[in-house]
Parts: sequence; structure tokens; C-alpha cells
Amino acid sequence: METTETGQAPSDLELLSLARQGRWDAFETLVARFERRVFGVAWRILQQREDAEDATQQTFLSVMEHLDRFREESSVATWILRIATNHALKLLRKRRGLVTVPLETAGRDSSDDSDPLPHPDFIAQWQDDPADLAHRAEIRQLLNEALAEVDEKHRLVFVLRDIEGYSTQETADMLGISVANAKVRLLRARLQLRERLTRTLGDEATRIVAAHDH
Amino acid sequence: MNCDELLKTLNDYVDGAIEPATCEQFLEHLAGCNPCQVVVDNIRKTITLYKAGEPYPLPPEFREALRRTLQKCWCEKFGRAM
Repeated sequence: METTETGQAPSDLELLSLARQGRWDAFETLVARFERRVFGVAWRILQQREDAEDATQQTFLSVMEHLDRFREESSVATWILRIATNHALKLLRKRRGLVTVPLETAGRDSSDDSDPLPHPDFIAQWQDDPADLAHRAEIRQLLNEALAEVDEKHRLVFVLRDIEGYSTQETADMLGISVANAKVRLLRARLQLRERLTRTLGDEATRIVAAHDH
Repeated sequence: MNCDELLKTLNDYVDGAIEPATCEQFLEHLAGCNPCQVVVDNIRKTITLYKAGEPYPLPPEFREALRRTLQKCWCEKFGRAM
């Protein structure tokens, strides 16, 4: 479904409205618009292709089933991505054998949250601006690899908070952890990713190898 | 504030959620510490880069399978596909 009668590309809301009326082409267009974003969220949370595909499919089946439930308090995009996030997290819990409890089981050892923070080691200015880097295929690979190396509990907070844009409170709620925990884990993830990315993207010539209290 | 303490308040600063008093100390330290300046800049760029990340291409076979499944369910839901 390319254009509406006015010749413009239909908005997400228009597509949703048409889909509600039974228009498959409108629904398919919506899927085409969001499938990569949905797959991306699922992939980053689940780190596994089959699971990510599963979660993606479940997401669009849910969207289809609940077309009438969308309330215009959020955007269509936010709604769909929230569904995707929830499905991915559900699948993650299922994979770990924790079906009904939150990702954090009671009494689970989270002592690493109080361990000293990792010290930045490779400190250098990046050679390029993120805007210039973002579209490059090898950069996406680098980002994937770096994210995959981060401990799951830290990675999840980073994905939800920094990539998907949920608030710290929402992130904590979705993961069943405290806001304080979420903040520490976010910091760990950020520091680890900074380290990893800077080793590749940092300008070796500007590397700071200082004898100070870092 | 030393480098260690700055590290702990890094999140709040980058997120714009830092208390004014702490912020002052943070900036004071930053003004005299180039490594910390670079680390803060690195972190900002790291976040920006991940946010700007290109959407993932779907494996083609999955994309087709997804369409088929959805269309099938659509027919069941609406009795027909358009």
C-alpha cells in the first residue's frame, strides 16, 4: 500500500485504522515498516537468531490480534516496540526456565553490582563522528559484537534504557530489579561498551597513557 | 571530586539528571582532567552510535515465512485477505 488518496505515504495511524477495517495491504505495510526494528530489539535482547525470529513473529501476531486495543496515548511505533520488548523478555525468561518469576529471582546474587567499577583503560578521542559511522556495515558488526560481549544483565539495561529509550524506572520494572540496580548495571554496560568501541574507533595517536589516578 | 568519584556520577551527568552541587564538582574536575573529558565524550558517542544504529535486515527466508504466517492468520481473523 503505497499512498493514500492524497498521494502521501500513509501515517502509521492511518495504516492501523485501515488494518482494523480488515485491510491486509495496510497491515502488511505496517509490518514492512517495523519488522526490522522489531527484529533488532528482539535480537539485541535474545542474542540468538531463532529466538529473535520467534519473538518477531509473536509480536506481529499480537499486533494483529490486538489492533483494537491500541489507544492513542502513545505512538503506533512505541506500542509495537513495547509489544516486541515484552515478547523478547518473555522468551528470555522461558529460555532460562523462569516462567513466572521476574528475571531477577529473589535472593539471587547480584554482588557484582557493588563491585568496583571497571577503570577506563583505552582512552582516546574517536576518529569519526557517530553520524558518519552509523550507516557503515562494519560498524553494525562492531556494535553487535561489543554488545554480545556484555554480561546479559548489564546488556539488557543498556538495550532498554539507552537504545529503546525506556526510562530507568520502566527498565527496572520490566526486568524486575530496583532502580538503583538498573543504574549500576547501565553504568557498567556503558563503560564496557565505551572501552570496546574506543579500542577500535579511538585514534591511537591521541591515546592517553597517563600516570594519574585513573 | 577525583576520577573514581566522577566515574560513579557519570550516568547522572550524561543523562542530565545530576544534582547541581554534584554537577559543579563534576565540571570542576572535568576542567582539569583531560582523560575524564575524553571518557565522558566517548560514552556520549557510544550511546549516540547505538541509538543511531541501522535496523537489522531480516533473514530473507524468515521474512517470507513471516508473511505467510501472518497472511494465514489474517484470513482466519477477517475471513479474507485483501
